Amino acid sequence: MWTNPVPNKPGERGETMRTCYFDHAATNPLHPAVLETMMPYLKEEFGNALSVYDLGGKAREAIENARQEVASLINAKPSGIIFTSGGVEANNTALRGIALANQAKGKHIIVSKAEHHSILNSARFLEKSGFAVTYLPVDKYGLVDPGAVESAVSKETILISVTHASREIGTIEPLKEIAAIAKKNRIIFHTDAVSTTGNIPVDVNELGADLLSMTAHQFYGPKGVGALYVREGTRLVPLLYGGIQEGGRRAGTENVAAIAGMGKAAELARVEMAARMDHSVKLRNRLIEGVLKIPRVYLTGHPENRLPHHASFVVEYIEGEAMLLMLSMKGVYAASGSACSSKALKSSPVLMSLGIPSALAQGSIVFTLGRGNSDEDVDYFLGEFPAIIQRLREMSPFAKGWGEEGQGEKCYVGG
Amino acid sequence: MEFVHNVKADVTADIVYMMCPMHLLKLDEMIKELGRGQVLEVLTDYDGALEDIPQWCARTGNEFMGLDETEDFYKFYIRKTAKA
Repeated sequence: MWTNPVPNKPGERGETMRTCYFDHAATNPLHPAVLETMMPYLKEEFGNALSVYDLGGKAREAIENARQEVASLINAKPSGIIFTSGGVEANNTALRGIALANQAKGKHIIVSKAEHHSILNSARFLEKSGFAVTYLPVDKYGLVDPGAVESAVSKETILISVTHASREIGTIEPLKEIAAIAKKNRIIFHTDAVSTTGNIPVDVNELGADLLSMTAHQFYGPKGVGALYVREGTRLVPLLYGGIQEGGRRAGTENVAAIAGMGKAAELARVEMAARMDHSVKLRNRLIEGVLKIPRVYLTGHPENRLPHHASFVVEYIEGEAMLLMLSMKGVYAASGSACSSKALKSSPVLMSLGIPSALAQGSIVFTLGRGNSDEDVDYFLGEFPAIIQRLREMSPFAKGWGEEGQGEKCYVGG
Repeated sequence: MEFVHNVKADVTADIVYMMCPMHLLKLDEMIKELGRGQVLEVLTDYDGALEDIPQWCARTGNEFMGLDETEDFYKFYIRKTAKA
């Protein structure tokens, strides 16, 4: 039974107000079965996986079972899975680890402008350390052009890293084509699959990924645990030095409970994926259709080739933050851009790279649905949202053209 | 230290950039895969292996054939001579 992850709460007049959690790109609630799997390792099964006695053996077994499940989710060999503290550590390990291990071959790296900060900031660190980095632009839908990847490749290129899907605009990137270019030129290919793993089918062999980052809390697992897949035979300089955990590639006593939880979440995601996707797509399509009826609201990202649970827009004349605040007063939780940009009130680099004018990018809003959401949630939201936009526009000094135009367009087209 | 070149190995264990003491754990694991007389090649960038691997061979009764050096890592060659 799928239930609302955030309990309903009293409204302004004491009535029960519906709560709609539409921010699954920020994080997911823990699946109850995942919590159940984790509990013994937070209580009686507290052993260190490196210890030789029974208690250590139990911890080791939990970790290896989880490794098997995570590997199955992405069609990889269990030995290729390195558990990390999450997506950020996986991305840092991939970029820094591959760059340092291959610097004798060359010092050029290619990333896209639609990457998460953990990729972009790692790339900047490498630039300061003497590497050259090409930042590939994206088109108006947020797509990386494989042709541009090919043009950027040089004899010095050792690594290409392109996200599987943008968490800000939902666009799924043409990874197979990009991976083929990497393979042809004997370049290592990494993808940040944090927003896709567990949400849509991810197969490392089909995608052609040599390394792939993921995190558990994007598929109803716990926070603080993720994994980096590394294809057999790929050398990687560790990010953290210490003991021989994770085959000598990631030191630190394992977070056994979290890893066990990630394993369970991976198993559930694999089994329930089709149903979850179907559920999200239906709600998402209704949400998009409803929101685009509001004048001067545009869909961002690719209209079809996007994450099944992802709906993102820019709303003219108003700020994303104001919408978030007013929506949250109505019990609707959403985001404007990425979680980081949202907090810093900074124009999103992804939206900028789509060619959306800075003023319009301020009106960015992202809704990401999940297994706890229902048709009633979408109805309730669609009932509240137009009035919120209207109220904010009435206050907006930029709303000069308000009321002149009719319907919202299908998609923002730059220029 | 004995230096050797162009040794043909039956099995290679690539543990370059993996942390110490992975080289010793890998030796224990890999030597079991070999038949008597076969040669194991261990690739590692860990300097401590220069002492550890010959000592491990002496302790386990396997033959340390020698090592080769590349720019980034060492190649150790071990012939399985122990029974187990």
